[in-house]
Amino acid sequence: MRVLPGFGISLGITLLWLGLLVILPLAALAAKAAGMGWHDLWQVWSEPRVIAALELSFFTAAIAAVANLFLGLLIAWVLVRYRFPGRKLADALVDLPFALPTAVAGIALTTLYAPTGWIGEPLSHLGIKVAFAPLGIVVALVFVTLPFVVRTVQPVLEAVPHEVEEASASLGASRLQTFRRVILPELIPALATGFALAFARGLGEYGSVVFISGNLPMKTEILPLVIIGKLDQYAVPAATAIAVLMLILSFIMLLAINLLQRWAQRRAVA
Amino acid sequence: MLRTIVILALAAAASAVELLNVSYDVAREVYKDVNPAFAASPAGAGVTVKQSHDGSAKQARAVIDGLPADVVTMNSAADIDAIAKAGLIPADWQGLLPSRSAPSYSTHLILVRAGNPKGIKDWGDLAKPGVEIVQVNPKTGANGKYSYLAALAWAKRQPGATDDSAKAFLKSFFANVIALEKGGRAATTTFAQRGLGDVLVTFESEVFRIEQEFAGKVARVVPSVSVRADNPVAVVARNAEKKGSAVAAKAYLEFLYTTPAQEIFAKNFLRPVDAAVLAKHAGTFATLDLVTVEDAFGGWAAAQKTHFDDGGWFDQLYQPK
Repeated sequence: MRVLPGFGISLGITLLWLGLLVILPLAALAAKAAGMGWHDLWQVWSEPRVIAALELSFFTAAIAAVANLFLGLLIAWVLVRYRFPGRKLADALVDLPFALPTAVAGIALTTLYAPTGWIGEPLSHLGIKVAFAPLGIVVALVFVTLPFVVRTVQPVLEAVPHEVEEASASLGASRLQTFRRVILPELIPALATGFALAFARGLGEYGSVVFISGNLPMKTEILPLVIIGKLDQYAVPAATAIAVLMLILSFIMLLAINLLQRWAQRRAVA
Repeated sequence: MLRTIVILALAAAASAVELLNVSYDVAREVYKDVNPAFAASPAGAGVTVKQSHDGSAKQARAVIDGLPADVVTMNSAADIDAIAKAGLIPADWQGLLPSRSAPSYSTHLILVRAGNPKGIKDWGDLAKPGVEIVQVNPKTGANGKYSYLAALAWAKRQPGATDDSAKAFLKSFFANVIALEKGGRAATTTFAQRGLGDVLVTFESEVFRIEQEFAGKVARVVPSVSVRADNPVAVVARNAEKKGSAVAAKAYLEFLYTTPAQEIFAKNFLRPVDAAVLAKHAGTFATLDLVTVEDAFGGWAAAQKTHFDDGGWFDQLYQPK
């Protein structure tokens, strides 16, 4: 298996890099929170505003990730399976949400979706409020996390040969069966990864959301904003406590998605 | 050769002092005018001033965390107190310069749509059903804290007012708030550019600026009472001593009290503390009763604790019963 040399040094660099870049700051965070004691931690975690923001953040990030799961798959499918004029351009457009500063995205989306905006105005006649409501947060997160599912699914889809589909069809499978039984199992790991990335990114997203959400406590206030609010009143330990809570919950969530992905893979093989 | 270069560089560094003024978000325009005026004055010879602007509390935290500011120019004393608490500024900083170390101040006014369709006359009207308010989040910006305190100052003045009646008023007031923006400019954008809300509550300086830019679309309402919003300044003593810039830093802040600087403040719609300059611009500024945070709310530390800290009045407004 090991054709190229240099395992020792590459592993060393990997561990050092991860240690400095990821583990060190997170450990400092955990150490700071550990100094607070359970009682103080619990006090912060059980604040009604924190709980409301936690629910909102997880809820909106989950909805946005699910939306992107379907839309992302669709976009990847269209980009891979069809040839049409402007395909290259559409392909390049997918990455734009990553390149754009999130604050710019937030301001642009708010302008569009505000009750006076191009899209927000007609929607407001239907009684749908997007900007300054939880729906606006979902819109911002869908935008910001769009590339994840597309970019994880796209290469996998490209690697699935046409012949497989043809074989499936010639064996008498319907189109739906071919998709469900042949193509989808191949894509599930990539979809799960894309979903997890989009979800995790959505949880932590701050820059775009604070412009569109209206930031009303208990209603449209996301957890990262509660952290910033605490920092702005110089309550660093409380801010740390929430950060650690987010970290723990996100880690559990990502771990669960990972396990689910493995389970799906095993089932697909079996 | 190398030695000569080093010596020359050192000599240049010794004669030219560079100051870093760490300031709040909407002070950009003011200091853009103040700094060249200072450089042209005798006290400013050989001194260059660099600027850094962001939310007041965020800037204070950056200075505490090591941003090498020589002077800080903020929009609430609470933020300089926080730096003082970290040991970078003497605790008695407010006594080191005139007017409690605040060379200019502002207050909070109400901005409404042209023609005042909702008939807003005073703070009390903002709590009426159907009025939509845009303001800054008191948790993340001094601007929002001043809005809250101004409305509270009004509520406390009503006949037979109690803590409970004031809280009830604030509760209906904040039930009308449709967006708690992160900073002053974001609130301006939402109200003026996007046309959301019936009312914007913000600094007088910002109100005047919006009136200029969106002439004919908005109108100011001068309430019966509001809160005085001092813009305090201080030398970050520990940084300045280390860098050897203490003398220049002090001269810079003292320059803010001179007539040319006071004129610049007035032109940027900040009220100058110099009585003569203020009298000259009396027509510009609205006449209303101003209460100070010290007199009406026991100072910033007490106001923060009672109203804005976790579990304080502001949090209680949003707690479901």
